[in-house]
Amino acid sequence: MPDVRPEAGSEAAPAAIFDEMGLDDQEVRRAYLGLRDWLKETPADILALRREEAETFFRRIGITFAVYGEGGDPERIIPFDIIPRILEAAEWRHITAGLTQRVRALNAFICDVYGAQDIVRAGLMPADQIILNDTYRHQMQGVAVPNGIYTHISGIDMVRVGADEFYVLEDNVRTPSGVSYMLENREITMRLFPDLFSRHAVEPVDHYCDELLKTLSSVPPRHCDHEPTVVVMTPGIYNSAYYEHSFLADQMGVELVEGPDLYVKDDIVYMRTTQGPKRVDVIYRRVDDEFLDPLAFRADTALGVAGLMNAYRAGNVNLANAVGAGIADDKSTYTFVPQMIEFYLGEKPILNNVPTLRCSIADECKYVLENLNELVVKETHGSGGYGMLIGPKSTQAEREVFASLIKAAPDKYIAQPTLALSTCPTFVDEGIAPRHVDLRPFVLAGKNIRVVPGGLTRVALSEGSLVVNSSQGGGTKDTWVLKD
Amino acid sequence: MLSRTADSLYWVARYMERAENLARILSVTDRLSLMPTIGETGGNEWHSTVVVSDCEEGYYEKYDEATAEHVISYLAFDPDNPSSIRSCIEAARRNARSVRTALTSEQWECLNTTWLELTRIKESRLRGGGLHGFLDWVKERTLMFHGCTVATMLRRDSFHFMQLGTFIERGDNTARILDVKYHVLLPDHAEIGGGIDYYQWAAILRAVSGYRGYHALYKEGIKPWLVADFLIMREEMPRSLLACAAKIKDCLDDLAEEYGQRHESHRMAGRRYSQLRFGKVDDVFGQGLHDFLEQFIDQNNKLGAEIARSYLM
Amino acid sequence: MRIHIEHETTYSYDEPVSYSIQALRMRPLDTRGQRIVNWSVETPQHASVREQRDVYGNVLQMLYVERPHTEIKLRVSGDVETTELCGVVASPIERFPPRFYLRRTLLTETNDALNELAEAAREACDGTPLDLAHSLMHRVRDQLDYMIGETDATTTAAQALANGSGVCQDHAHVFIAAARELGIPARYVSGYLWIEAGEQGEAAHAWAEAFVEDLGWVGFDVANRICPTEAHLRVASGLDYLEAAPIRGLRRGGGQETLDVRVQVAETGAQQ
Repeated sequence: MPDVRPEAGSEAAPAAIFDEMGLDDQEVRRAYLGLRDWLKETPADILALRREEAETFFRRIGITFAVYGEGGDPERIIPFDIIPRILEAAEWRHITAGLTQRVRALNAFICDVYGAQDIVRAGLMPADQIILNDTYRHQMQGVAVPNGIYTHISGIDMVRVGADEFYVLEDNVRTPSGVSYMLENREITMRLFPDLFSRHAVEPVDHYCDELLKTLSSVPPRHCDHEPTVVVMTPGIYNSAYYEHSFLADQMGVELVEGPDLYVKDDIVYMRTTQGPKRVDVIYRRVDDEFLDPLAFRADTALGVAGLMNAYRAGNVNLANAVGAGIADDKSTYTFVPQMIEFYLGEKPILNNVPTLRCSIADECKYVLENLNELVVKETHGSGGYGMLIGPKSTQAEREVFASLIKAAPDKYIAQPTLALSTCPTFVDEGIAPRHVDLRPFVLAGKNIRVVPGGLTRVALSEGSLVVNSSQGGGTKDTWVLKD
Repeated sequence: MLSRTADSLYWVARYMERAENLARILSVTDRLSLMPTIGETGGNEWHSTVVVSDCEEGYYEKYDEATAEHVISYLAFDPDNPSSIRSCIEAARRNARSVRTALTSEQWECLNTTWLELTRIKESRLRGGGLHGFLDWVKERTLMFHGCTVATMLRRDSFHFMQLGTFIERGDNTARILDVKYHVLLPDHAEIGGGIDYYQWAAILRAVSGYRGYHALYKEGIKPWLVADFLIMREEMPRSLLACAAKIKDCLDDLAEEYGQRHESHRMAGRRYSQLRFGKVDDVFGQGLHDFLEQFIDQNNKLGAEIARSYLM
Repeated sequence: MRIHIEHETTYSYDEPVSYSIQALRMRPLDTRGQRIVNWSVETPQHASVREQRDVYGNVLQMLYVERPHTEIKLRVSGDVETTELCGVVASPIERFPPRFYLRRTLLTETNDALNELAEAAREACDGTPLDLAHSLMHRVRDQLDYMIGETDATTTAAQALANGSGVCQDHAHVFIAAARELGIPARYVSGYLWIEAGEQGEAAHAWAEAFVEDLGWVGFDVANRICPTEAHLRVASGLDYLEAAPIRGLRRGGGQETLDVRVQVAETGAQQ
């Protein structure tokens, strides 16, 4: 059983929370010295004014975010915290190496799942973990994808608990979103605080879309002897990430299509244009697997394209990310990632996994039920911070509800220790105060693997809160990586 | 360009044009209803407004009678009326949102701001003296949007599809305004030339921003056949049927040049332009103005459908 | 036994359809239990067809029509020599391990009623896994009257059970859902059935297969309370109807659709 107990000696007092700037004015960390000075020089009313400008900017250009199942404004904007988060070059090198390694292993795993399943033969993973997993797409079994790449775009969620201690919390290799915030946040910071920005040597992120297009163009389908036509496919304007879909298409200079814009003839995908049908080669799809093709997956969808899977299997179109990639980011698969890194790459993991208990295993389930008040319990298939219990912040009643949920379907839950997420200075109503953050960097995998220096920092705006999800009231920050 | 993108651009322009026309119609009706001589016909002008805006069916399902308050509410704000000013602006924005990157940022921001401001306007503000302020605001915003389009868009397919939407909608609207004058406002031809008649013709000219233009071109008093000539046959008049037909023909020609393809819609547009360009207003009266306008509206719809078949689906 | 199949399907539309796509699984494969003597799938002149094997090894023909049309006619005919195997399946290709067929699908999602049905079958049976599958077959058939028109292609196992009636597709789905609940891998099969003149039944038929330890895959024609015989011709299989259906399709435009199906399955030996 993984050891999820708090470190020895720290049991009495909760682990100290690491602040990335440093709470003591005398011991501010090097990367934050410039920011500290600037914060001292800049009066709070100027900050408030800038924050207002930022909001107007986001509203005016229409960066909005819809929240599932909530009433109120369907075009809410995610709060933007104007104070950037700063990472040093050395820290970033470590993160990049770890992310690259992790994505290589995840991709190798998916390739194996839809191929020979060596990991099962080797006894490292039970077959049921694959063949009975909801995210396994049997329609992909034995299908060769171009260049063997499944995870063209990954968003890896990380948290930090100490100066040199990073954990991967979750892998997202289906249709991770948030990259438009990384880019727009930078844009707005440079507009609002040119003086602060110019005091630092910050690695640029604006070439992300060029890199994305390069990545997509580097994996044409088998039958494509011309410069591939790339499109972005969206479920439509009612999708919460629609803004991002249109933003990315625009920045790459490619069409933003919806299912009904495409059709398949003779196993080839075409889009309907004002000049007649035009062949499509690579689809960066932001539509979930199950809605991609009503003849292969759910029959009741209008978001997809009938026959798309036939074109895919025939090697006439490529999809990014590949269908079935979700098998690698399922929360129940997560616990196997360190072993995957050793099995497929023969390397030691650079980034840590959070020790995780699987409720599907009787011993571990028992421990979880006995220690609910200390653990974070997650649904294996949940996302966006829904279906989650944060033990230390929960009420007795909430714990009872979860206990019965876990007992009813143990294989649907995992549990992890409550991590002391790092904090960053954040501009809130009380002034500047530390708030918990996480980090989602984006990894591109085409012929090469690229990590743009930066990412989406999400911040829990209420004091002490550990939930950073934008659907649960979290905000975002610009993330700076300093040059050496 | 994706057919759906072209379709959305076309409809953004149509809906914005429709919103503008509604504002014009409402403002003229309000003005007419203030004429003491009109009072005798008992609210007829509000009924005619419902007819001219092509909302008869929906309106009378909801209300028994055409009163100022109800008509204004139905045409300006009612979300149940798909052609109310509010619905039009909402639909324009919804279409724009799905093709944002095909629009210039000026166009999008103009449209987005218009919608955000509209959602903050309370319907109660329209009662009493507030109506004109509101209608002026609508005209101002729609004209600004039109200006953004003309001033900022590249002259290529996306611009042409918007122009097509604008002029298909505008031609339809001008024809309707003229038609209603003949058959609803004034069923009895004997009254032509009377005092009421004068105000009504003047109101129509104002509805299409043509009051001063008419005088500048004809240099004589308002004569029904001259107003008809002005709104049908004069290419100088930007809302005339001929001007709309010419614009549509030009846009389609530009598309044909850009794409190297011609369709049935080109033939239809060319034929209609020639008929208007070389026709005479006497022939229109010979055929009967109402018949002529009905035929125009029908042809206009068919041309719209053919354009859709050629490019938008 | 030698059987001859004639199967004609005609889709007619009120208005012209501008585009049609259909996935056809209408071509059987040679197995130990059936030898295909000849087989043809005729498609309309205006259609183009691309053939692949689907993930199970079924022959999948994709049919495309991209010009306006008001009708699609598909004509299948063939002769097959079958052998009695007493229900034991000799499927030509097995691409997945048996436990894969425990996966749930939307059409075979379980609910309380299905779980109760499965549980009752388990309690009533103290025999071998094969006995359990047989007893499940009868139990499903007892609870589901054979009735045409009560259900359609989108009816789920749970809905059919609640309805208390259905056709062979529903019998198969309910059986599959309950079997999986009992830990017995199960799958859906579409094919043809030769029926003696005057007897009730569907010539275009569907049944289930269950994986029984030590024996392998065994067929269960729930609608007829039998294991498949030499009168059954196996065409395609999958997790549920959607993956094995003879024809699935989508179209653009066309208004109302009228469907006309004629199937004849005859024993050619008897005619001679």
